[in-house]
Amino acid sequence: MSEHLQSASALLLDPGGLGQQEISATLASLMARGVDYADLYFQYSRQEAWSMDEGVVKSGSFSIDQGVGARAVSGEKTGFAYSDEIVLPALEQAARAARTIARSGPDTGAVRIRQPQGETVRHYPPVDPSGSMQDDDKVALLKEVERVARKLDSRVRQVSVTLAGRQDVVLVARSDGLMVADVRPLVRINVGVIVEHNGRTEQGGAGGGARSDYRYLVEEGRATGYAEEAVRHALVNLESRAAPAGEMTVVLGPGWPGILLHEAIGHGLEGDFNRKGTSAFSGRIGERVASDLCTVVDDGTLAGRRGSLSVDDEGTPSQNTVLIEKGVLKGYMQDQMNARLMGMQPTGNGRRESYAHLPMPRMTNTCMYAGEQDPQEIIASVDRGLYAVNFGGGQVDITSGKFVFSASEAYLIEKGRVSFPVKGATLIGNGPEVLGRVSAVGNDMALDSGVGVCGKEGQSVPVGVGQPTMRIDGLTVGGVSV
Amino acid sequence: MSRPESVDSLDGSLHSRLQDAAALALDHAGRMGACMSEVSVSQGQGLSVNVRNGEVETIEHHRDKSMDITVYFGHRSGNSSSSDLSENAIRESVRSAANIARHTEEDEFNGLADPGLLATDFPDLDLYHPWGISAASAIDIAAGCEAAALAHDARITNTEGAGLTTYEGLSLYANSHGFRGFVQGSRHSSSCVVIAGTGAEMQRDYWYDSRRSADDLMSPESIGRQAVDRTVRRIGARTVATGEYPVVYESTVASSLLSHLVAAISGSGLYRNASFLGGCLGRQVFARGIDIFESPHLARGIGSAGFDAEGVATRSNRIVSDGILDSYVLDSYTARKLGLQTTANAGGVHNLTLAGTAEGGADQIAGLMGRGILVTELIGFGVNTVTGDYSRGAFGYWVEGGQVQYPVQQFTVAGNLKEMFMGIQAVGSDIDPRGNIRTGSVLIENVTIAGD
Repeated sequence: MSEHLQSASALLLDPGGLGQQEISATLASLMARGVDYADLYFQYSRQEAWSMDEGVVKSGSFSIDQGVGARAVSGEKTGFAYSDEIVLPALEQAARAARTIARSGPDTGAVRIRQPQGETVRHYPPVDPSGSMQDDDKVALLKEVERVARKLDSRVRQVSVTLAGRQDVVLVARSDGLMVADVRPLVRINVGVIVEHNGRTEQGGAGGGARSDYRYLVEEGRATGYAEEAVRHALVNLESRAAPAGEMTVVLGPGWPGILLHEAIGHGLEGDFNRKGTSAFSGRIGERVASDLCTVVDDGTLAGRRGSLSVDDEGTPSQNTVLIEKGVLKGYMQDQMNARLMGMQPTGNGRRESYAHLPMPRMTNTCMYAGEQDPQEIIASVDRGLYAVNFGGGQVDITSGKFVFSASEAYLIEKGRVSFPVKGATLIGNGPEVLGRVSAVGNDMALDSGVGVCGKEGQSVPVGVGQPTMRIDGLTVGGVSV
Repeated sequence: MSRPESVDSLDGSLHSRLQDAAALALDHAGRMGACMSEVSVSQGQGLSVNVRNGEVETIEHHRDKSMDITVYFGHRSGNSSSSDLSENAIRESVRSAANIARHTEEDEFNGLADPGLLATDFPDLDLYHPWGISAASAIDIAAGCEAAALAHDARITNTEGAGLTTYEGLSLYANSHGFRGFVQGSRHSSSCVVIAGTGAEMQRDYWYDSRRSADDLMSPESIGRQAVDRTVRRIGARTVATGEYPVVYESTVASSLLSHLVAAISGSGLYRNASFLGGCLGRQVFARGIDIFESPHLARGIGSAGFDAEGVATRSNRIVSDGILDSYVLDSYTARKLGLQTTANAGGVHNLTLAGTAEGGADQIAGLMGRGILVTELIGFGVNTVTGDYSRGAFGYWVEGGQVQYPVQQFTVAGNLKEMFMGIQAVGSDIDPRGNIRTGSVLIENVTIAGD
């Protein structure tokens, strides 16, 4: 038994007296007549958060959640139930509820539990963040970050800092007998700053994180670096003027602006929407959907990244999935059910918020590969346009393909030069068209700093994005200045 | 044995089990030396089904419980939560909260609500109407909803199906001042999502209803037909020229304006000087004639509550009267920080209502507008509560001569909320009753539309 499976079993199964025999029997009962596939998802989640405001560490919270989800899938039908008690009667009750989608009849027989063949490749260490640092040191870290932000500039009025860490131990047992475990650490720190000058108030923010322990945040001066970045961002906003309104050339900076890929392309390439034919990308594999400068992947295997997974929430190993290669649509992101129904292979994108939620195809780290151009040359090539380097959230209408993402730091480009900063504005475009308008891709591919959260059908999961500097010839900028 | 295929009513012993759990937590906190403590315990259950193309797509059974405890050592606090309500887990949870409180710092404004403000009267707000529907019946209802939709208009090309959700729960808030208040409630929802058009012309829209009692829900057939009518009218959407226009926000999206107001007048932003409405108490922030108030005791209201998340008795707050800001939205902590008294809004507002100023719904209000855009959908998060700067993606209809002409898409609506609030010229009487924020359609004078 692998080390991960051993420790997950000890935490999740042993306390309730569950062993392979009980799991095998429950899976067999889930596999009633007509059920194609069933799984049990055991999860133990422990998280903490510390926050600082007005120079005081005002609050801290700690929480534990655990439970098991039971699912039975028959064709396009899914039955699902869960319990926050991991004991046999609760497991049996959840299994009975989940299998109500099946026709009545005898069970299909025994499920023989097996472990994955070969060693599962791990993309992060099985650490527990909360234990990686003394509580006193967590408090000291918050104070240090706050102090750095405050002393940078006298216009800083408020600094808030949040430090959060969690560990998820998951164990997936499937009707094909596979049983696999994963231990997932996740840490992040966020800094928010309010600045005021001559009666004008603005905000700035920065943060980062990883599938690692708290040491990641202090290494290489990351945490204090976010404090400096948050103050710089807020001070830029103090100088910002009204943003332009209308269609114009937009240059996106490297890293987090990759939220464009997540909204414009990523969601539309998730298997469920494409199986149902409700995505603007449905049935378009093999077609050109972007300029040939664009190669976009979803890569869950990047070491320690926020969106990475060693195995997904259905036990499928994570992988690097090519979505668009040199402008041509190559593939979708799949979970088990949608892959089977579409006659495709699962891609390790089956994810769920928790044991109390159903898995579905979700992104991991969605990235565009580097091109060859110097980013400065790309900016210099624009006569008048917007240079957007930092973003808030985004959203997409999968069916019409219309997507938005909101710039929180942007500049006007005039005659090839970055001139003054402009206020935040929402950018709106059409997913299947926007990458066709990419006319330059930089050689400066960067990943985001690791604070992304993606919401779909009410479920939140951590994700990452990345891209090089990119020029888009024509995107609507939603400013106020006509 | 319970019947896993349907939702049983919450069992009668649940009150005493939650009460025992809360008492144990408060008692244990006291034993550990906490001078004050508070606890919320809840348990709920539900069922949700989705039917697509006449076939069951998902059947989900929900059953949740949780406890959240905060302990105070002097003015230091710690918080802990758990889904496990066993005695051992409760003690462990209290210990974790106490451990955190050892590391947090003194904050003199921290603590429970003042005892004199706690609710002593618990009106029956008629919030609990368990449905007890079986999965099979829920599937039949959803199937009927979708079938009505698919039969309603030949331009429907695809469906995401129809759903039915039922949920009921009991929660208890208790604190070391001796307060103990139960809330028992239910909520049932019915929805339908359909698609019209093909390829690059595809459009999707939906309709739903959500109520405390299943008796109040719109019929499944009308929900299906409403979803279809909203979807087919989107076909053939054009772009719009960049410029300044008046807009009408249909009631379904107008409520978002009030959520931005709530964010701006909530204590947590105000004491940090992080709100564009800081220092505006007693000043005009909306156009004359605009009234906004809370009605926490509406029978069957989605946001109804006899007490807030700290046990403070709720009351009918006037937030804005004739355009003047009358009240902030405060809990005990932020009220103390601002030198004010709590407005019983720990945990949020209760049935916040923007009073109508004109008869009729979106079409009548668009008639008042003459020429501009009727906005029926907003996407994205481009709202800055510090500055009031506003920029969101939208879908809607071009209006000319007071009449809807054609659908428009891929544009943004931008302005500053301060000016947008002052620019509200009319509020329709078509109050959307499905949520905690209630408003009719809203006419706003010039905003910037960015299109092509």
